[in-house]
Amino acid sequence: MLGKLTWDAIPFNDPIPFFTGIGIIVGMISILSLVTIKRWWPYLWNEWITTVDHKKLGVMYVLLSLVMLLRGFVDALMMRSQQAIAAGGAQGFLPPEHYDQVFSAHGTIMIFFVAMTFMIGLINFIVPLQLGERDVAFPVLNSTSFWLTASAVLLINMSLFIGVFSRATWLAYPPLSELQYSPDTGVDYYLWALQISGVGTLLTGINFLATILKMRAPGMNYFRMPIFCWTALASSLLIVAAFPISTATWGMLLLDRYAGMHFFTNDMGGNPMMYMNLIWAWGHPEVYILVLPAFGVFSEVIATFSGKPLFGYRSMVVATLAICILSFIVWLHHFFTMGAGADVNGFFGIMTMIIAVPTGVKVFNWLFTMYGGQVRMTVPMLWSIGFIITFVIGGMTGVLLAVPPADFMLHNSLFLVAHFHNVIIGGVLFGAFAGYNYWFPKAFGFTLDERLGKASFWCWLIGFYLAFVPLYILGFKGATRRMQHYDNTDWQPLMLVAAFGAFVILCGIGFIILQLVWSIYTREKRRDLTGDPWNGRTLEWAVPSPAPAYNFAILPDIETTDAFSEMKKHDQTSIPVPPGGYQPIHMPRNSANGFFTAFFTVVFGFSMIWHIWWLAIVGFAGIFITYLALAWRSDEGYEIPAAEVARMEAAGRKGVKA
Amino acid sequence: MDVVDHHQNQETTGDIAPGDNNTTLLSGIQSYTIGLLLAVLMTAGSFWAVQAHVIWGPAVPIALIVLAISQMGVHLAFFLHLTSAPDNTNNILALAFGILIVFLVVVGSLWIMAHLDNRMVPMDQLMQMQR
Repeated sequence: MLGKLTWDAIPFNDPIPFFTGIGIIVGMISILSLVTIKRWWPYLWNEWITTVDHKKLGVMYVLLSLVMLLRGFVDALMMRSQQAIAAGGAQGFLPPEHYDQVFSAHGTIMIFFVAMTFMIGLINFIVPLQLGERDVAFPVLNSTSFWLTASAVLLINMSLFIGVFSRATWLAYPPLSELQYSPDTGVDYYLWALQISGVGTLLTGINFLATILKMRAPGMNYFRMPIFCWTALASSLLIVAAFPISTATWGMLLLDRYAGMHFFTNDMGGNPMMYMNLIWAWGHPEVYILVLPAFGVFSEVIATFSGKPLFGYRSMVVATLAICILSFIVWLHHFFTMGAGADVNGFFGIMTMIIAVPTGVKVFNWLFTMYGGQVRMTVPMLWSIGFIITFVIGGMTGVLLAVPPADFMLHNSLFLVAHFHNVIIGGVLFGAFAGYNYWFPKAFGFTLDERLGKASFWCWLIGFYLAFVPLYILGFKGATRRMQHYDNTDWQPLMLVAAFGAFVILCGIGFIILQLVWSIYTREKRRDLTGDPWNGRTLEWAVPSPAPAYNFAILPDIETTDAFSEMKKHDQTSIPVPPGGYQPIHMPRNSANGFFTAFFTVVFGFSMIWHIWWLAIVGFAGIFITYLALAWRSDEGYEIPAAEVARMEAAGRKGVKA
Repeated sequence: MDVVDHHQNQETTGDIAPGDNNTTLLSGIQSYTIGLLLAVLMTAGSFWAVQAHVIWGPAVPIALIVLAISQMGVHLAFFLHLTSAPDNTNNILALAFGILIVFLVVVGSLWIMAHLDNRMVPMDQLMQMQR
């Protein structure tokens, strides 16, 4: 009746997961009761859960990502503390089977549910606004994508309390991830959560590809699009091209585990090396899916706060698209040591070095944008400058690792760990926080506190170097990654410095939360009445803050790049209303379809993980029926009357001098 | 209003997305029928190539590859309405990008796996070494 699910799945004997699980459950029940007592359900349901507004979906993505950042960061703190303690004979506080789950969960969560989710959130929020559009191409699909991501997050967190999580690292290499060596449900949690979120991501990619290619404001040809839209386009292309590979690969691993097949097993003709090959054919484009939108954020931020158009717009576009293609020809550098010959390793090593060229073009473009400009040292700008320095260091260690003989020395060491944290924290996460501080007023109508923002930036930057420079050195000394304990006590001082660095980063996270809370508390003082708090250059700043549901009351007519700066040169602070006045605006209606799809997906995923076959059939039927309901609906959306548009525009523009 | 604007724009520029209804019912049925016939022909041809022993043995896989790829072409042309008209530039570019990526991943994987295979110690020798 309940498949493999028994009371043994609840970790009564492991205090850390047990009490964390109890804490989370109590927390969730109290939040749900608060919502019920305060009668917030109708508001939540109508304004957020069923919304198809790309801006609200973007906000929810970012919120989900920040919550998961806390979860993933707790894992990081546990690992750093464990390694700070467990030197010589000491075993630390995490037993090996728990430590293995912690680093597997940390990697999985940070990549898929923090970095990925944050970037998709920013893309959701900004791209239609920058394109001068009223929504994405497929609004209901967009909400479904978000809720699928959320259901994958729910499954990952369930593994904390019901059963275990994968111990097979963030990419679940076979044969370790095969049934023979991982017989429990950990790898199944991993696989089903990632398959579900992968579908959500793929749908997002399709959605934004269609939006950017087919829905732009009148006059906005490709070379008038803001750079962030270009990077979102490249990222969507990569999603659409790469995610089918991961889905197929994990699908084969699932068949191995569920149907007794032998794609990646050691015996019966299976080949684990094929998994490494395929997963990195997806995995390398994946890191560019993450970092390209971050590059877009920096391009927008640096141009705005230097008060100049971006230097080398066209070279930036070409560099973005070059990275988009090149990212598909470098994947072998993740397994140089697997045993291919010198010509294969040489080819992929050289391709990896070549990909540094377009990235270097971008770095020089950002520097030349700042050169001769009136640089304002705001919080997003600090994140951007911190990024340039940090990312260049990370890029150079990357080019070092691209030399196959060097890789043979350094692979699987803490040097590698330091390298990819250097590019992912310094690139993606700094970009996320730059974008968060930059676009926050557009989402909520007030700016974030500058002083607390600067405090969070400095804690992150200093904490980052304290935490990861020691790992570079330890890597040279031969410390491998994923050590639950180590014998060489000479490493301990550097491990202690790294742990201290992690706690400095914790302060950075604390300041981010404090900044949010304090800014909400003092929001009346920090209202953005003009809609353009930073003297922005692109179209999102031409609409009121917070942006109205329909984004643009009048669709703008675009004649140049940096459309809004061009308008301001002609003393227009908003899009001019034509002589006929406002027109009624057609909007898509809210839909609970995404939410229900996700609900049944959780049921389906959970029952597949625990082999509860009848419930899996129920879940799958639920997904299909929800889809049929969507296919047969006859919903033409609704219209906002012209008078209402005029009223909302007047209300949103109180601060604008005509 | 928004949606309507886009449609007007498409009609004037000839920019028609796949799935937009731009044909009469009769010509639509005609194109789907031709597509179906061609697809059936190629599927049946594959079975025939394997079972009839008319083609020289080692050439059978190649015949199957040719039939499979032309089948894809039929699907793209008759069912997904991919044409060379100017409004189809995006779709052609998307197809080209897709083909490029599939080519890179398939050829790359074959190259990598063949290399690994060549450099592996054969299993019986490995057993000898472990003894």
